Amino acid sequence: MAPIQSAEQTVLAIRPEGLPAFWPADNPWLHALVFIVASIAFALVMVIVFIYVERRGVARFQLRLGPNRAGPEGVLQAVADLIKLLLKEDIVPRLADKVVHLLAPIVATVPAFMVFAVVPLWGDGAMLADLNAGVLYFIAISSFGVVGVFMAGWASSNKYSLISAMRGVAQMVSYEIPLVMALLGVVVFAGTLSLNGIVDAQSIPFALLQPLAAVIYFLAMSAEINRTPFDLLEAESEIIAGYHTEYSGMKFALFYVAEYGHAVAGAAIFATFFLGGWKGPVLPPVLWLVIKMLVVFFVGFWARATLPRLRVDQVMGLGWKALLPLAVINVLIAAVEVLFWPSGTTQWLLVPINIAIGALLVFLWSRTVSLRGGRVEVRTRAEVKA
Amino acid sequence: MEATETRTEPFVINLGPHHPSTHGVFRMRVTFDGEVVVDVEPMFGYLHRGIEKLAEGRTYTQIIPLTDRLDYLASMTNNWGYVMAVEKLAGVPVPERAEYLRVIVGEMMRISSHLLATGFLINELGAFFTPLMYMYREREKILDLFDMLCGQRLTYNYMRVGGVSHDPPPEFWPAVKRFVREMPGYIDEYEGLVTTNEIVLARTKDVGVLSKELAINASASGPFLRATGVDWDLRRDDTYSIYDRFKFDIPVGTNGDVFDRYMCRIQEMRQCCRIIEQALQQIPRGEFRARLPHLVRPPAGEVYGHIEAPRGELGFYLVSDNSIAPYRFHVRPSTMINLTTLRDLTIGWKLADLIVIFGSIDVVLGEIDR
Repeated sequence: MAPIQSAEQTVLAIRPEGLPAFWPADNPWLHALVFIVASIAFALVMVIVFIYVERRGVARFQLRLGPNRAGPEGVLQAVADLIKLLLKEDIVPRLADKVVHLLAPIVATVPAFMVFAVVPLWGDGAMLADLNAGVLYFIAISSFGVVGVFMAGWASSNKYSLISAMRGVAQMVSYEIPLVMALLGVVVFAGTLSLNGIVDAQSIPFALLQPLAAVIYFLAMSAEINRTPFDLLEAESEIIAGYHTEYSGMKFALFYVAEYGHAVAGAAIFATFFLGGWKGPVLPPVLWLVIKMLVVFFVGFWARATLPRLRVDQVMGLGWKALLPLAVINVLIAAVEVLFWPSGTTQWLLVPINIAIGALLVFLWSRTVSLRGGRVEVRTRAEVKA
Repeated sequence: MEATETRTEPFVINLGPHHPSTHGVFRMRVTFDGEVVVDVEPMFGYLHRGIEKLAEGRTYTQIIPLTDRLDYLASMTNNWGYVMAVEKLAGVPVPERAEYLRVIVGEMMRISSHLLATGFLINELGAFFTPLMYMYREREKILDLFDMLCGQRLTYNYMRVGGVSHDPPPEFWPAVKRFVREMPGYIDEYEGLVTTNEIVLARTKDVGVLSKELAINASASGPFLRATGVDWDLRRDDTYSIYDRFKFDIPVGTNGDVFDRYMCRIQEMRQCCRIIEQALQQIPRGEFRARLPHLVRPPAGEVYGHIEAPRGELGFYLVSDNSIAPYRFHVRPSTMINLTTLRDLTIGWKLADLIVIFGSIDVVLGEIDR
């Protein structure tokens, strides 16, 4: 058993294998400084990339062109939007709780970027801190995002915001559990809580080895970061803009960045846990990670462009009746497989088995758990007579 | 230890007049208990322009542009209903060709109106504009066709007492034929994308069920009524114009829920295509407008003319005192009468359903507030 690391060792544990030779691995402060700046820059650039990709992508889905005026092919649209929001008046409702109203966008934005501390972004071990409890750190940070949402909804003294905040708390608390349970299946297979260790363990991507966990994780993640069909928090047709109805100017921009920051973080985490993170041939590791993140994000906005939204109780029902039991069963199966299946090259055989088990379980659940009644045909008069 | 009781308090939200899903400037004072609707109090009049009073000071022909502004998503049928009432009052014959033109544009208007109704309904289900954009694509084609006819895309002012204002240009006919040929394929596309979607079904099946009795007692009409299973369509049951010459089915629902309303509208669009196809084959050459004096001066009396507009029975009640302007002009607004059932439909449902049920009634505030 490995000796338990001290707190200082844990935070600044560096794995020098993935770093270049000249890297000052013996100076943890320089390492931290460089990686903090690099991670935040990476996250912010990816936020802009995601915004651009989504706006153009959804526009293609909708037979539109999307933003194509600011800069070549509209790549500078996000910059133009930001400048506009910077110059706009910052309106605070008279009855708002001023301090909480100011803090909420900050609290909502920061966790999205804190996640990148434990994601191996640039290659093997090239990350800010290779925590041996990285998964725990990620779960703790990601569940913090709801606090900002709730603060915004509560402080705005707006009923739409309040409804959104109530929905947010209920939804995020509910989906946290299947999310963690899905990750548990991965952790059981990888045998480590370090994110770098999890990437190392993926000679076969966990999306293949743990398909059910991947699906559950993707759905729970969509709910956590409020993306369709779980975007109840900012359901435009129901509650205007939800928790950020009363925000304008830079504070609104922060919420916007937070929304996409969480999407970037979610995509990076999904890519790391299930798609093999930075692993890949020929191209540099960071490019592989970006490609995988974009694939995950594409599925996300594909759903956004296609699917309607579920109702509050249906979202809860899906989380508690379908995702949670499936995730628990998945952990059980994963534990049994790890215990009794010989490790090594025969692990490939688990891929078809697990896909079959996952498909069977999803089929069973789709037959038993229903969010609706039976379908009735609408008939014309002639058809009734016939 | 005593169990503590959690007490909840209902609270009131003003949905509207500016709200993304109120189809204009409708306002509802809704009492919620958490997310559940406890009470709904509709309030309207934000778009009141006094059209009925304005009409009393205008000649019969000058009123036609006013009717455009009633249900502004179905201006053609508004024109039609009004001119039919005047023709009935004045006893004006309408040339054959004009009747066929009216049927063609009326059914195209119905398609366009139902496209918007279903598109916005799915949008209110949360589908982020994609279905709406698809349906806009076909609506644009219809608007282009209307543009050819009368140079307008929203307020057409196309019908005249005793006919229509223009004979279509030659390029209109191939365009409308192509549209009718392509439209069923597009409807299949919508159905493939939307009708079998699990989330759509979960959100619309058995939601906002309107009973047959309530629908009849509220004198509801249009697809809203037919979705409940009442087989009533003025085009067949009180035939006007030349509808007795066409073969078409009236789609009827079974449940009266939001899904049936959606399905009724989708099926009705298919029937519209059938009617237009037949009309295109039968349309004769000849006059497109009866020869009438410049000012219509109907004999003293009263008349009620009604048609099956896309959203239901649209009626015009006119009283003439043998002058060039009506003494009284009254509109029977189809959507306003359908809307009176809103409270019965929505109580007990959630906020999200309230929006969807309201959307499924398919109201246009221009007609409600007048």
